[in-house]
Formats: sequence, structure tokens, C-alpha cells
Amino acid sequence: MSGMNQLLENLNALAAGLFLLTAFGIVAMRQVRGCLNLFIAQSLLLAASAALLGLRYGSAHLFGVAIVNVISKPIIIPWLLRKTAPAEIYTQREINQVLNIPTALLIALALAILSYFLGQPLLNAIAPEFRAPNVPIGIAGLLIGVFTLTVRREAVPLLLGLLMMENSAFLAGISMSRNLPLLVELAFATDGLIIVFISGVLIRAVQKHVGTTAVGELASLKEGATERAVKEAGK
Amino acid sequence: MSVLIILLLPLIAAALVCIPVKKYWASGVTVASSAAILILAARTALQVAAGNSIVSTSQLGLLKWISVDGLSVLILLLIAFVATTAAIYSIGYMAHEKLKPSKLRLYYANYNLFIFSMLAIPVLAEPTLVWIVVELTTLCSALLVSFENTREALEAAWKYVVLSLMGAGMALLGFLVLFAAMQASGGHGAYTWHGLVTAAPMMPPVLLQIAFLLILIGLGTKVGLVPMHTWLPDAHSQAPSPVCALLSGIETSAILYVILRMFPIMQASPHCHAETWALVFGLISVGVAAFLLLQVRDYKRMFAFSTVEHMGIILAAVGLGASAAGYGAMLQIVSHCVTKSFCFFAAGATLMAVGTREIPAVRGLVRKSPAAGVALVLGGLAITGAPPLAVFLSEFSILKAGLTQKHYVATGLLALFIVIAFFGIMLHINRMVFGVSENEKNGSPGPPEENHPGTQPVEKFNLPFSCRLALIVAAVPVLALGVYIPKPLHDLLTMAAAALTR
Repeated sequence: MSGMNQLLENLNALAAGLFLLTAFGIVAMRQVRGCLNLFIAQSLLLAASAALLGLRYGSAHLFGVAIVNVISKPIIIPWLLRKTAPAEIYTQREINQVLNIPTALLIALALAILSYFLGQPLLNAIAPEFRAPNVPIGIAGLLIGVFTLTVRREAVPLLLGLLMMENSAFLAGISMSRNLPLLVELAFATDGLIIVFISGVLIRAVQKHVGTTAVGELASLKEGATERAVKEAGK
Repeated sequence: MSVLIILLLPLIAAALVCIPVKKYWASGVTVASSAAILILAARTALQVAAGNSIVSTSQLGLLKWISVDGLSVLILLLIAFVATTAAIYSIGYMAHEKLKPSKLRLYYANYNLFIFSMLAIPVLAEPTLVWIVVELTTLCSALLVSFENTREALEAAWKYVVLSLMGAGMALLGFLVLFAAMQASGGHGAYTWHGLVTAAPMMPPVLLQIAFLLILIGLGTKVGLVPMHTWLPDAHSQAPSPVCALLSGIETSAILYVILRMFPIMQASPHCHAETWALVFGLISVGVAAFLLLQVRDYKRMFAFSTVEHMGIILAAVGLGASAAGYGAMLQIVSHCVTKSFCFFAAGATLMAVGTREIPAVRGLVRKSPAAGVALVLGGLAITGAPPLAVFLSEFSILKAGLTQKHYVATGLLALFIVIAFFGIMLHINRMVFGVSENEKNGSPGPPEENHPGTQPVEKFNLPFSCRLALIVAAVPVLALGVYIPKPLHDLLTMAAAALTR
């Protein structure tokens, strides 16, 4: 039995490791479709990790989490995105970002190493049965998500960065605080859907009224920006 | 159970306003439901002030996480008050915008959903559910911020959503760590605010500290604490004015309430220093906002920066850490809420009268629209803490508590920043309301009496009746709370301040 448990723990570690890899992929990917596919893969890995931990600790609740994740993220979220902002998903053009890709990857790597040091005191403080590679990898995913938000300039990749942050927090959560009521998990899943819906509506409005979804170029609201506007109006 | 009805009413109203019937149906339904919520909230507040706190006995689903104590009923009452005045104000404001009926229905549906999400924050006692409704406030208000669909409004809404949700992601990890701490404490109490306070002494301090910092930074983004405040002046200036009143007046305080809930938990372990963090973040926010106030050129942005300043004052007051300062902080939440919503109503009236947000473009407002001018002056004086208005009383009690606690440096800095903010705001408002415009100054050469600003023919602007009504209703507590605090409110404030300590 302990051999079985060992195997399950190793498989969980594998899923968590691949999760981190998809986070790097989202930083490096140049196309919106690719980013979305990586996000789907990441959500499936999160569900796999939940199912493996559920098997390991005999927790039916974690299976519930896995099922909710499989239904909401890889199926409903891409569908909602295609409904609300179709032009964005199907374009094949490259998306620009502030840093070039090797630099961005190096910084993401540094963040991942940093998160192992940040996660250590946390891991030491919780009981052994709640310890798993999920915790530091979750923190790494969170930091890489914040980093993605700062370098990306396009609406959909930004949105995927936000969803990646949520995925990462959950990856840490399923090992660290796995007895959350299932109702809360369901509420979380609904919340993710609302995020995608509202952002999709916003993206559509931005595209209609501004003509671009490179939201990084929207920078008219600043201190002193109005001053410039007054001067221009004066001319 | 009146609390449950309070939560259901805005949802019902949101569904009802979608029915396309008469012109005033949507606004009427919204005003009626908000007023009903205000009455129910006031009744609940009176019950709680009399000493009967409300805890749900039901074990069914969501219902078992509903509980209301002094602190939460205070926030509930304030949300209901601003929701009512802003609903009245919306009638005239939206009529002035001349919108299509479908767009108007969309506004009111969104408005009611936003009210629902805010009302749920103080009523729910389970931290992760509170996190979800905090997310909902962002999402429900995002489309209200972008309502005018201009380039600037869309930019503001996008920034607001991305930064708030980023903060929420951090806070989510914080709440999950908090849950882990709850498990590590070995207790089997419920994961509620109350259960956390009880279990806190057994929790590992490291976990508590990590959870607190993640929550402070994550939710602090949404409160608008410096340096995470960059989205706030954009969103709070681009939204329609009644929405600004809600966002600035009460939404920020409602989120701050969630952070305040962490303080009694943190006090269980002596190494956590939650108060120090609060004092530092609070003072930085007040200071930065006070100096940014001096250079604004958009009067709605000016009031938005003033919100950053006031959130800083409240957090710093909690950081001062005495029960007297806690009382002052609670009073500050109340006075800021009533005053800031009044200020944004006045700013909206100004916008309707002159059609621009630029401070330099507005001169001699009192001659163009006496009502808007008087309201703006009163709002400016009230929000900067001129005696004998509500904010003066609360700021004075905070400074007094700070001095008796021997926090001389922090109190001195706080007083200095408040004075700077006073001069910043009043300078701008004085110019806008009483100043002489460029045209009037070097106008056409003619008979000398025509050059005199008083005799210049100015086209008068009449403020819609509902806007006047909302301004008058909102002005009542601004004027009254400075001189007299009713006994039930005093009891509530004392109870709320007690909820900040163990």
C-alpha cells in the first residue's frame, strides 16, 4: 500500500512539475491560440493533481474539485471566450510584449527559484500530510502570473494571466487546505466563468470603440495627461 | 429573516428592471428596493445596537454562513444609505445623459447586481465566500465604470479589472493559507471570522503572517492603498457620478472591512505586528495622496485621490491600536462614506452644469449653477475636515487617540498630511466656484460695469429635481454627525471598535 501511495505522490509531483512548465509556456508563447491551449492543458493538470491527491488521501471532495475543474476551465471558458471575443481567438498574428522572450523566460525562472525559498517556511509550518510540491509551484505560478500581467500588452493573454494566477492559488490550495467545502469550490468555478464573461464583454467594447485590443496602448489616463490634452485643445 | 430579504431584494430588482415598460419603471424599482433595503438595514442595526447579534441557525447551504455583528451591520447600513441616495441621484443624472431605454435598463440591472455583491460582503462570515463576493463587486462594477464607452472609460475599466483581479489572486492564496492555519491549529471550529478569532492562539504565527500580508496587499489593491492605487483615480473619475459615489463612498470601505476583520485574528500572536503594517501602509497612502491632490487637473480625480487619503487615515487609525483610535476609525468610515458620496453628487452636478472635468476650464461655477457651486463648496469643506462637520469630528478623535497613545511622530505626520490635503482641495474648489474665467477677465472692451464678473450675463443651469433631492438627503448626515451622534449609532460604533480587538 505504501508503494502505491509513493507512486501516487510521485505522479502528483509530475503533474505539478508539468503545471509549472505550462506556466513558462504561457510566458513564452507568441500566439493567442497557443496561450489558450496551454491554459487548457494547465487546467487539466490541476484537475489531475486534485484527482491524484484525492486518491492518495481518500478524499471524495478532491474528486469533486477535479470534476468541477475539468468541466469549467477546459470546456466552458474557451467556449465563452470564443463567443464573446471571437476575433481575438482566431487571429494568427504574433502578440507583442514588453520584453523579448528569452529575457522573460529568465525572469520567470528566477521567480520560480525565489518561490521555493518563499514556500519553505510555509511548508515547515503545516502538517506533513499537507506538504506537497504543489505549494511552492503554486506560489511560483502566482508570481509568474503577476509577471505575465506586467509584460503582456494584449487583452486575451492578460486575461489568461489572471486565470493562471487563480489556477496556481488552487494548486497550492488542494494540497494545503483540501477540506474546503465543495460549495465554495463550485462558487470559485462560477466566479471564473463570470471573470471570463465580463472581460470578454469589455474586450469586445474596447475593440468596437477603440479599434484595437492591444490594451497596453491605452495610456491616456495619467497624471499630467489632462494637462497635455488642454494644451493640445488650446492649439 | 430580514438579512436574507436584504440580500434577495437587489436580485429581484435586477430582474425586474429588465422588463421593458414605462420610462420611469427601472429607476422607480431601483429606488424602491434600495429604500426598502435601507429600512431593513436600519431595523437590523437597531436590533444589533440593542445587543442582539444575528447569527443564522440554519444549517442549509449558504445560509449557515450568514452572521451579522456590530462591525458588519455598520457597513451594511452605510451601503444601504449610499445605494438609496445614488439611486435617487441616478434618475436626474441619467435623464441628463439622454440614453436609449435599453442602455438605461442595462445600467439599472448592473447597478442592482453591484449593490447585491456589496451587501453580501458584510453579511457573509466565511472568508472564502467573502473573497468571492469581493471578486463579484469588481466584476459587477466593471461594466458600470466603462458605461460611457469612451476610450478613457474603457481604459479605466480595463485597468480596474486587471489590477483588482490580480490583487484578488494574491488574496485568494492568503485565504487558503489562512484555512491551512486553521487546520494546523488542530481545532475543528467552523471556518468563519468568529471561528478564526477563537482558533487564532493555536495557529502557527508564520502562516498567520503570510496570510495577513497576502490579504493586505491583495485586497489593499482594491482599497486603493499606495502603491497599488494607480487604477483608482482612473476608475473613480471615469464612471458616471452616481457610480463614483458608490465606488468611492462605500465600496473601498467595504473591502477595507475585510482587511479589518484580520486584526483580531492577528493579535493572537505577539510576533505578527499587524498594527505596524497598517500604520506604515496608512501613512504612506495619506502622504502620497495629499501631495498628488495638489497637482490634479480633473476635479473627479481630485475626489478620487481624497478617497485614497481617507482609506489611509482609517488604516493608520487602526494601526494606532487603541480602542479610542478604533472608535475614531469607525467614525471615520461613517463620515467618509456620507461625505464622499455627497462630494461625488456635487461633482456630478458640476459636470452636468459645465460639461467638462477639467479644473482650469471651470470658473465662476456659483454664477452658472448656484446649487452645484454651493454643494461643491460644502462637499470640499466637509471632506477636508472643516469644523463642525462629520469628518472633522472623526479626524479629531483619531488624532486625539494617537496623542494619548504617545504615537507623536505618526500623529504629527497624519495631521500634517490632512492639512496639506485641506489646502489642496480647497484651493482648487475655491477657484472653480468663485474664480473669474479668462473670458470674463480679458473680455471685450466695453463699459466698465460689463467687465465686472457679477454683471456678465451667464446662462443659468437648472439641476434636475431628483439630483437636488439626493444632495439634500446626503447632506443631512454630513451636517448632523458633526454635532450630534445618536445613541444607537454610538453603541454600534463602540461595538464595531470592540470587534477590532480580541
